[in-house]
Amino acid sequence: MKDYGMVIVGAGEAGARAAAELRARGWTGAVTLIGDERHAPYERPPLSKQALSEDGEPAPVTILDRPKLEELGIRLLSGDAAARIDRASHEVHLAGGARVPYERLLLATGANPRKLSLPGNASNEMLYLRKFEDALAIRGRLAAGKRAVVIGGGFIGLETAASARAKGCEVTLIEAAPRILMRGVPEPIAAMVEELHRRNGVSFKTGTGIESVNREGGEYVVSLADGSRVRCDVIVTGIGAVPETSLAAECGLEIENGVKADEYLATSDPDIFAAGDCCSFPHPLYEGKRIRLEAWRNAQDQGTHAAGNMLGDRAPYGAVPWFWSDQYDRTLQVSGLADPSNTTVLRDLGDAGKLYFHLDGEGRLVSASGMGTPGGIAKDIRLAEMLIEKRAHPSPESLADAGFRLKELLKA
Amino acid sequence: MAQTEWIEACEVDDIEEEDVIRFDHGDRTFAIYRTDKGDFYASDGYCTHERFHLSNGLVMGSTIECPKHNGRFDIPTGAAKRAPVCVDLKTYPVKLENGKVYIQI
Repeated sequence: MKDYGMVIVGAGEAGARAAAELRARGWTGAVTLIGDERHAPYERPPLSKQALSEDGEPAPVTILDRPKLEELGIRLLSGDAAARIDRASHEVHLAGGARVPYERLLLATGANPRKLSLPGNASNEMLYLRKFEDALAIRGRLAAGKRAVVIGGGFIGLETAASARAKGCEVTLIEAAPRILMRGVPEPIAAMVEELHRRNGVSFKTGTGIESVNREGGEYVVSLADGSRVRCDVIVTGIGAVPETSLAAECGLEIENGVKADEYLATSDPDIFAAGDCCSFPHPLYEGKRIRLEAWRNAQDQGTHAAGNMLGDRAPYGAVPWFWSDQYDRTLQVSGLADPSNTTVLRDLGDAGKLYFHLDGEGRLVSASGMGTPGGIAKDIRLAEMLIEKRAHPSPESLADAGFRLKELLKA
Repeated sequence: MAQTEWIEACEVDDIEEEDVIRFDHGDRTFAIYRTDKGDFYASDGYCTHERFHLSNGLVMGSTIECPKHNGRFDIPTGAAKRAPVCVDLKTYPVKLENGKVYIQI
């Protein structure tokens, strides 16, 4: 390869892990990481949790700080966005005018919060959470006695609600769907999460849309389709994310619910790869179904994996999807893709929590979802993940028996 | 060198093969391991990445995996093996006497 080197657009989890992996794998040519934020790569999961709720001045939790970047010989171009990709000349054009040539390019551009446009004079005053500065802005508005409305009962919304309660706010969560966590989480687990929030003082308005948001004097008034009104001091909206595909689309790469990649995480241009929230790919464990995951672990694993393929591995990516969410003293974890259409098995761990397993029509384990204490469920979820990876057909009786060690099933 | 002492942590039979338990002593907390080969080891209790107890994690062979973010450490040496952990885990000498596990701290 020429000394053009490896270029990564997007300095989040996937991009940073890819850069580090290129070095770990012995790549000695140039590695350039382009990020439009001014920070060194940092972890996003704490933004909805510790960054909002903990005392003291929050700081980004870095993945690769500047001394580490220097030690690894990774050039970070921060605060300057990639504006255009010239595939013919193998160059990335930056907004500031510079051009960065590439031998292989990784798109790790992530996703942006889905914007909600509502009637009323305060629609553009709603806050969204994606970046560290977003967390600071929300944090500045959460204080004891303040009233917060959270729109959206997904993970960002629920974690923000928990953090707002920790700060002593009065919290109302509004979800248009009939229940929270409609996407990817089994109904009984979602019910446990809602119950946990209610016990911690969050009010819910589910199954109702929002008619308008208005500023009236020093407060906001959120008017709901059911005729009720909620008055508050701050509105945080978390209704999902939209993959950032503009660079890819503009240079003619195929787009399909994200930057379209094959099983090797290569886009429709063999010199350009994709990883993380922006990447849609066919998953071998689920009959090649094309999926896109907005999850920390996937970003980490795909970034690492893509780096190997940029160096010529040509290894298919098939890690079991996994995500977690921390709310209050409880944790929720899901491995695999939840699919309740066939068999569901409950494993009841008492006070430690509950796990629900999904088996497909042939009895193969396809997902496990758990809610409980971290010590209670994490080990079983991890073992389930290994069983999913092995395409195991565990007996429902063993899964249901809380006294039976799931580790035994791996030996089978 | 700071003074060290041998502390009785648990019974040998308290830990199954390829497993880990938590041991608290004073204001400190430890993880005591038994590997798939039946060897005993001890380390600091919390993962070096986030304050999360490793006794909730999964022992695979001679590796401990933190259940929080799946960072891994080599149990005998405490070496960090998989991101996001990058700081090694402090380990402590272990001895077995009369069916009991002692750690030197």
